[in-house]
Amino acid sequence: MMLLQLLFLPLLASLLVLLSGNKWAARVALGLSLIEVVLTWLTYQEFNQGGAAMLTFFQEWISNPKISFHLGLDGLGLTMVALTNFLTPLIILSAFNRNIENSRGYFALITLMQFALVGVFMAMDGMLYYIFWELALIPIYFIALRWGGTNRVPVTLKFFIYTLAGSLLMLFGFIMLYWYNPNHSFDIRDFYSNAICSCKQGWLFWLFFLAYAIKIPIVPFHTWQADTYKESPTQGTMLLSGIMLKMGTYSLLRWLLPILPSGVNEWAPLAITLCVIGIVYASVIAIMQSDLKKLLAYSSVAHVGLISAGIFALNMQGLQGSVVQMVAHGINVVGLFFCADIILNRTQQVNIDNLGGIRNVAPQFNTLFMVIVLGSVALPLTNGFVGEFLLLFGVYEYNTWLSVFAGLTIILGAVYMLRMFQRIMLGNVSDATSAFQDLLWNEKLVLGVIVLAIIVTGIYPKPILDLSKPALEIILNKATIK
Amino acid sequence: MNTLIYTTALGLFCMMAEVFNLRKLMIPFILAGLTAIFYANIADWNHSGDVVLYGINMSHMVKVDHFSVAFSGLSILLAAFIFILSHDYYKNEQHHLSDYLSILLFILCGALVLFSFNNMAMLFLGIEIVSISLYIMAGSRRFDVRSNEAGFKYFLLGSFASGFLLLGIALIYGTSGSFYMQQISNYAMSGNVSPLFYLGMLLMLMAMLFKVAAVPFHFWSPDVYEGAPALVTALMSTLVKVAVFAAFYRLMLFCFTGTFAYAQQILALVAAATIILGNAVALSQQNVKRLLAYSGISHAGYMLLTLLSINGGNAAALFFYGTTYALATLGIFALAIPVFASMRSEQVDAFNGLGKKHPLMAAMLTIGMLSLAGIPPFAGFLGKYYIFSEAIISGQVTLTFIAIINSIIGVYYYFKIILAMYTKPANESIPEPTPAFWLVAGVCVAGGIILGIFPNSLITLLQ
Repeated sequence: MMLLQLLFLPLLASLLVLLSGNKWAARVALGLSLIEVVLTWLTYQEFNQGGAAMLTFFQEWISNPKISFHLGLDGLGLTMVALTNFLTPLIILSAFNRNIENSRGYFALITLMQFALVGVFMAMDGMLYYIFWELALIPIYFIALRWGGTNRVPVTLKFFIYTLAGSLLMLFGFIMLYWYNPNHSFDIRDFYSNAICSCKQGWLFWLFFLAYAIKIPIVPFHTWQADTYKESPTQGTMLLSGIMLKMGTYSLLRWLLPILPSGVNEWAPLAITLCVIGIVYASVIAIMQSDLKKLLAYSSVAHVGLISAGIFALNMQGLQGSVVQMVAHGINVVGLFFCADIILNRTQQVNIDNLGGIRNVAPQFNTLFMVIVLGSVALPLTNGFVGEFLLLFGVYEYNTWLSVFAGLTIILGAVYMLRMFQRIMLGNVSDATSAFQDLLWNEKLVLGVIVLAIIVTGIYPKPILDLSKPALEIILNKATIK
Repeated sequence: MNTLIYTTALGLFCMMAEVFNLRKLMIPFILAGLTAIFYANIADWNHSGDVVLYGINMSHMVKVDHFSVAFSGLSILLAAFIFILSHDYYKNEQHHLSDYLSILLFILCGALVLFSFNNMAMLFLGIEIVSISLYIMAGSRRFDVRSNEAGFKYFLLGSFASGFLLLGIALIYGTSGSFYMQQISNYAMSGNVSPLFYLGMLLMLMAMLFKVAAVPFHFWSPDVYEGAPALVTALMSTLVKVAVFAAFYRLMLFCFTGTFAYAQQILALVAAATIILGNAVALSQQNVKRLLAYSGISHAGYMLLTLLSINGGNAAALFFYGTTYALATLGIFALAIPVFASMRSEQVDAFNGLGKKHPLMAAMLTIGMLSLAGIPPFAGFLGKYYIFSEAIISGQVTLTFIAIINSIIGVYYYFKIILAMYTKPANESIPEPTPAFWLVAGVCVAGGIILGIFPNSLITLLQ
């Protein structure tokens, strides 16, 4: 029953926020999302004490086609749910002290998004999973459309149609899986236990891979991403980059590797090459960017490229690294986009060349921003280091040459992140930054929590590794062809 | 059969009602009558078999089975919605409310015939009752040139189609020697089939494809939809479309199973063309009624997929899809008609800024559009899913793939209205739907959500 509460509380929150009116919306949303954090903690306790591999809830739903309301949480799912529920209150809190028109709609959509995301990470039935997957698209689209920047209309439509196209291919794939498995059901257990003829897995792989590659995004399916990040309101960008991307990487682990092992093994060389090309390509573009939000968007492409490469390396180091890095990247990127929002909000400058010298006027902001930047360039003792180290190790075991190119991410990442930091924070105070106000209470709180998380998980990542390891072993076992 | 007789009686009563100055009572009375008819229809569920009326066996004419009862129930419901809307829609029309209402009831009669016919003569009667009533309805705004044009155009082209249908029936009668479906079906399966039978089947297919507005027989539909009064457009795109599709399905299932292989290739081609063209042309439409007409054409293409193989699952898929499509479309019309009225415009621009002016209306319209576009968790998604899934089982993988690609294109034009509502600056006039419009829109939108989450009862009805 814990799972149901965990799943439906955000939906309830969404309704309550909508009813609470513009004045109270943000506070109600924050309060309920904090309760959700407590529920997540209780679920974690239950999971640890129970000793079972997975907490489950099963209920017949639709008889024909056989779709069940099958929820499950193993270590992997729990990690992702925890990430979602940890980040959502921070995202909501980050919108305090900002003028948001029709704020009840805004926060209702954010909590609705949380509902869909938690659903995606819990669903153990293909069709249920697909429904949550698509449901997640609707709130984020409207968040970007109603509260986004000037060029939002064509950009968000492109985003919507692009991702929907991928999803429909996945739907096609699920229908094929349904008919290929002898039980004719969408249940993940039936997918796991009945291997599909390897002759069909090759093309089925592409139906799923394209959907995930668009969502993650893997080069060359990334073209929707930078503009969407730029045009979305900050909270929308945080949701997209912090959590929604992880839907794609999580789905690779849950719905692609174990279900289509021979398809994956057949195409993994190509997929991992695409990922590595993406890392280098996105890093180079990030170095050239002077638009702050776009720079962060491309850095994000590079990071998730490495995560995907680690997954397709098909070894334990790669998979574990991917989970740790999903968490780390989620936390870091939310912090980075919030810093960008603080800068944009105070200076109205998107171009980093026009900024500079903020360190002199806002020392608190400087310190916290610095730690987040160091976290994302994978300095040892920050969370980014653990993940990237494991991922690169995993890719190295797969192929030495690929790991050399993938390793460039550390150098190039340091180049564009530190260069960005230097241009914005150091140097002389410019016209735009002279009146820069230091952090407000909510900003201090959000960035403080993020910095704390970066350092704590960087020094002691063992809980995350331990939590996800049994689930990943099962996945790796199924994905390996004997 | 009882439903048909009661509905006819109700229609005749309505024709007389205004003579006796009962105008105010008419719509409540009709709604009460439709409720009774709905229950009479449900009572037929367990009485399938031979229809006996006053000692005469009617089963060579009509056949009541689960298929007909399910579709009859749906169409009675849709007709009731249209009546609820007509009360306010025709408030300012001083004359002839009874004419209008009785013709509407006769359309329902025609639809009921189409769900249960067991004889070519009944099929023709059903099609003609529906069509002739619609010619009148399309032209019912006497002083509006566009309405006149719509009625006239529909009449001319529709008569041709009826001619084809009649010629087809004649050829089939000439070769098989019967109007009775069972005997025609036996003849078609006998293996010794005359070429004229195929010609007859082809002519009938053409006529039916015309009536459902499938490419290349779709040209009438955008013009008629645009010119006809908005409520009549709503009627045509929901009740009538579903009725003709059900008849089409019944015809293929009961009559042409023996020669199905020939029809299948034609239908597959037509379905692909209908889906692609309907979607492609809808992209460039600025008039909402025309846009919905083209979207209706593409939806007809999806529904045609259910005709590509004859098995029980398809009937359920067609029924579910028809229900979700009709509910979403009717919900959209119930909200769009007040918008049209307040803006005196039927262009997409009329919806500009509705999200700010009237958030609830905009949200409900959005749900309707998302359901039509087939986005989960709304009912339209499951409708599409059932159709695609059935098509894949019957081996139409390529066609399904085309349909899936096209449902992505579909998103683009439904979103045109959503974008207008949420991103364009608002204009002054605020639409004020009356309670009747809220009621219908509310029920349709709620249906679109509930059926998306709990489709079980509806989908198992015909399995």
